[in-house]
Amino acid sequence: MNLAPSRLRPSETARVGLGSLAARRLRSALSALGIAIGIASLVAVLGLSDSSKSALLDQIGALGTNLLTIEAGSGFGAGDAALPETSVATVSRVPTVEATSAVYTVDAGVYRNDLVPEDLTGGISVYGTDPGLLGALNGEIALGSFLTEATRDHPVAVVGAVAAERLGIRNLDQPVRLYIGDRWVEVAGVLEPFALAANLDRAVLIGDRAAERYYDTELVPATVYVRVYEDYIDETRDVLAATVDPENPEEAEISRPSDLLEARSAAESSFTSLFLGLGAVALLVGGIGVANVMVIGVIERRGEIGLRRAIGATRAHIRRQFFTEALTLATLGGTAGVLLGVAVTYGYSLAQGWRVIIPPVAVIGGFAAAVAIGVIAGLYPAIRASRVSPTEALRSA
Amino acid sequence: MPDPQPPAIELRGVSKIYPGSPPIKALDDVSVQIDWGQMVAVVGQSGSGKSTMLNVMGTLDQPTSGSVLIEGTDTSLLTDNQLSAIRGRRVGFVFQRFFLLSGIAVIDNVANGLLYTGATRPDRRKAAEAVLERVGLGARKWHKPDELSGGQMQRVAIARALVGEPAFVLADEPTGNLDSASSNSIIELLFSLHDEGRTIVVITHNEAIAAAMPRQLQILDGRLVHDSGTASQ
Repeated sequence: MNLAPSRLRPSETARVGLGSLAARRLRSALSALGIAIGIASLVAVLGLSDSSKSALLDQIGALGTNLLTIEAGSGFGAGDAALPETSVATVSRVPTVEATSAVYTVDAGVYRNDLVPEDLTGGISVYGTDPGLLGALNGEIALGSFLTEATRDHPVAVVGAVAAERLGIRNLDQPVRLYIGDRWVEVAGVLEPFALAANLDRAVLIGDRAAERYYDTELVPATVYVRVYEDYIDETRDVLAATVDPENPEEAEISRPSDLLEARSAAESSFTSLFLGLGAVALLVGGIGVANVMVIGVIERRGEIGLRRAIGATRAHIRRQFFTEALTLATLGGTAGVLLGVAVTYGYSLAQGWRVIIPPVAVIGGFAAAVAIGVIAGLYPAIRASRVSPTEALRSA
Repeated sequence: MPDPQPPAIELRGVSKIYPGSPPIKALDDVSVQIDWGQMVAVVGQSGSGKSTMLNVMGTLDQPTSGSVLIEGTDTSLLTDNQLSAIRGRRVGFVFQRFFLLSGIAVIDNVANGLLYTGATRPDRRKAAEAVLERVGLGARKWHKPDELSGGQMQRVAIARALVGEPAFVLADEPTGNLDSASSNSIIELLFSLHDEGRTIVVITHNEAIAAAMPRQLQILDGRLVHDSGTASQ
């Protein structure tokens, strides 16, 4: 007897596998969902972390990393340290310095009017400063205008973003006055939040000469802001302390506010690893779900396996059928997961106003992970199915 | 081939022992020959070894000793894949519990009888359509199995066994799950297939059905205790 071997067309292998899944739609969908959630969380974590990091880096880039601040040190023996009055002048003579500005602490409370009790300051501080501050900090005005050479000598104030909120200043359509110390001051403008000088958001700024004239403020800088030419940041940083205070250079503390943002970016990266780990666990659970469904399927479908062997299927055919099913489940789940993850990244990034970044590695990797899970989860059940003895399968089904 | 027309099936001293403690001897030195065109009833109590004999005849199971020859070929010399090919192309099985796939239409259940021969889907469906007409279910081809009665389901299963033009049909209690009216129609169908010259082996509990068949084999404790012979052929 000369018989052609059993043969299942490849298209039929796919059809048989898909048909079995279609016959168990709910269960197939649920186990694919497990994979989808795992993949979606991986894609979304990678997408969101890249998108948020890009937002942060954009912010850092826009603010510039070339801003340095000088403050009086607060270390040991520096209890009453103060920066010299000449700080701004000396620092601005350093050739690598692009712009310099400073704020001076004004000892006065800010009130909406003269009826507010004196101790209800609202946590708002008052600083004197010069018109160059806005440029040195790359700050922006939300309403009105900043201090000018003309208003520098007069009782005119510019209000920080948070302070404006606390004082209830929403617009400047009508002239707004604040009661600062024991004097009425005209509000000229409201600032946008400063990314690199958050303490100024909770402050009201007046001209430095006005501070001196009306509030007897000594012009000892609380903070000196120094904008340095991009290429000379480290060199400038090294000489600034000695420039400001040659006698006690250790009492001047130099810092770089953008370091803080970069640290935040690094911190977010470490959170990303954590979430990636959680996503991987979700994926693992999804994979186990697929394996579980397949193993149960092998047990439940012994009759089908026995019948297929009786109508000519080889062990390899049975193995391929179950393997195809697992792979299809995982691939469907993976595709759904990638789409879901991309959708989540889009939605959340847009809501946050971030630039949407879908890293290709997340899409390709997510899909590959799903296929790998399908292979791993499908292999054992498929081999097990192919080893079922046909007579036993038909008897016990 | 040594014999110009070897018998469809031949068992030579076939024993089947299932391991265990104690081991179960399901078949004990059974020798029997089934010629082309015969219709044979296999009778015996439950657990006597009837089903084992049928499975061994159809190469679903391999004997512990002895040999099974199908159309003169000793199946003990064949690989597992070659045995699959024999089942797919030369043997038609009919089971008590039908084993139809519930998710697909009747026509595709029947066409599945050719699935592992590599035939294309249109060819398989065409063959299935013809066989469904033959068993009287041409009008039901697009129904799902669970929309059919038990007797109709067994007709579908018989059509699936026939669709590959097998050398013989092995039916393991084909009427075991059916009421008497359906049983009769299935038996009538088997007889009419026999009249067309097909070789059919039927396990049955029903003595009247067995008695009506041209040849009976009686199995007791794994042994062939009675063979009414081929005289009636």
